[in-house]
Amino acid sequence: MNTQNRKRRKERIDRGIKVRTDSLYALMSWREITYLITPRFILIVGMLLLPFIVPGMYWQRVISIVCIYALLAMSFDFLAHYVGLVSLGGAFFVGTGGYISALLNTSLGMNPLVTIICATLLGGMFCTLLLLPCLPLRGVYFAIVTLMYPLLLARVIEALDIIGGTDGIIGIDSFPNTWVEQYWVIGVMLLFLFALRRLVNTDLGLVLRAVKDNDQAVRASGMNIIHYKALAVLIAASIGCMAGACLVHIYMWAGISTFALDFSVLPIAATVIGGSGTLVGPVIGCLILVPVSELLRDFGTLRIVFYSLILLGFIVFRSEGLMLYGQRKYAQFERWTTI
Amino acid sequence: MNSEPLLQVKEITKTFGGIIALSNVSFNVNQGEILGIIGPNGSGKTTIVNCVTGFIKVSSGSIHFRGREITSKPPHKIADMGVTRTFQIMRPYYSLPAYKNLVIPLFSPRARRTGGWRGGGKLGDRNTVGIDILEEIGFERDSYVPYKTTSSLPTGYLKRLELARCLALKPELIICDEVFSGLSMSEIASMVPLIERLQMDGITLIMIEHRLRELFQVANRIIVLNFGEKLIEGSAETVMADPRVREAYFGSQEVEEVMGHA
Repeated sequence: MNTQNRKRRKERIDRGIKVRTDSLYALMSWREITYLITPRFILIVGMLLLPFIVPGMYWQRVISIVCIYALLAMSFDFLAHYVGLVSLGGAFFVGTGGYISALLNTSLGMNPLVTIICATLLGGMFCTLLLLPCLPLRGVYFAIVTLMYPLLLARVIEALDIIGGTDGIIGIDSFPNTWVEQYWVIGVMLLFLFALRRLVNTDLGLVLRAVKDNDQAVRASGMNIIHYKALAVLIAASIGCMAGACLVHIYMWAGISTFALDFSVLPIAATVIGGSGTLVGPVIGCLILVPVSELLRDFGTLRIVFYSLILLGFIVFRSEGLMLYGQRKYAQFERWTTI
Repeated sequence: MNSEPLLQVKEITKTFGGIIALSNVSFNVNQGEILGIIGPNGSGKTTIVNCVTGFIKVSSGSIHFRGREITSKPPHKIADMGVTRTFQIMRPYYSLPAYKNLVIPLFSPRARRTGGWRGGGKLGDRNTVGIDILEEIGFERDSYVPYKTTSSLPTGYLKRLELARCLALKPELIICDEVFSGLSMSEIASMVPLIERLQMDGITLIMIEHRLRELFQVANRIIVLNFGEKLIEGSAETVMADPRVREAYFGSQEVEEVMGHA
């Protein structure tokens, strides 16, 4: 037995370089096209079929929440790994987008879908404007400021008793029906996912990555890095505000709990377990973390304990993230060979 | 030809707290020449580069480029006017392939305005233009070198990449901060003709160097710095003949000993 075992070993072979380049070479054969398209196809079709598969209204709502967190996680991943700005601003973006959408809906009576788009644009600009002073700073400062704003805004609303005060804004229109709600958030999520993936590979995206890699060299190349950082923050904040606006219309309520730090922290956890710097990874992370969090509701108070254990397991055993692990395995064949 | 110097540095002083890094340094750079700046360690050479390119603000004095004041402009505005620099400690974008490093300067407003390299690059393919520039600067075009990840390239290529990043902007003045340091003799030997060709292409260069022999081959004029002050300015022969320069490099005692022996 022992000798037989010794004669076999696992062999790993990388797939052809032409397939992995993702470029025009990949179109040379059906096999390579399939190889490239399959993962994307599974993601898109899987997400679109999800509302039909899951049992009942409750889990359909969970899917909407998954997509909202996925938007936040993507925005975090984009800022942190492609521009080098570690942002804890999920709560800031959600709160801003949520309140703008709620105000537009209740005071001007605009259609939810219109208010969401307005909140995305206005909220993105508002957040960027507030974050503009700390853009010249590097390192942890940006994270601190983004963490400070949601706390500050929530207290301002509470203390001055403006825009609803502690009661929040009630009587916000919901989406026309659950199907519109589901496909709106899923569609928006997929749209931003593929748009961001495309953006980071354009020349503009390269400049953003260069700002992360080496901002002094970018300045020496005659480019104002503040402009590019502001542009990136505008994109990320808009995505976050879109998530917040959708959330408000799902819950039909906007209050100071939209500034809760869950919106900042859970996307980071999802990015870590999904694989940072992949943009798809955070989405997969949310697809795991949010339903797990719902399933653990049965455990009552122990829920957080189990949740933490699951997170810990992912971080210890798959610290590179699921997506990076998956990408590596997908680009390799593994087989047993005899020597 | 215009008699006005390309770059005019007038009595610049830079202090870091109590330390005087530069005191009242003035010099001119003429169109088309190669100016060498030498001096012992800590004499303020790199501080001059940082001041001229706007990376640090001067405490007093003024810097004019083509008659326009650039003293307190931010680095990207100065680079936009055509004053580019290399970094002594190379600063490439390590995570990108070598040729993608050039996509970034080619994306800048100046490169778009001037049409990139050899007329391409405005709306053209920046990758191809980047590889053209790399070939110009000594990367073998049809090898795998331009496509390798920058972090896996040897120092010689990284120094060239620094120069290539400047060239992508179609510069009028390149300030090279020790492009020869850390290179082998053969690498330097292949770098010297490159510098000469840049001068023939009409680019003005300021070269900060410790490798004096190679610098004297290419430089038209030398400035010697010591403890933040300009000691002397002139041709390589006059500079090296000056006892103060020897003193700065070797110390006064040794000079006396050497003189005594001779």
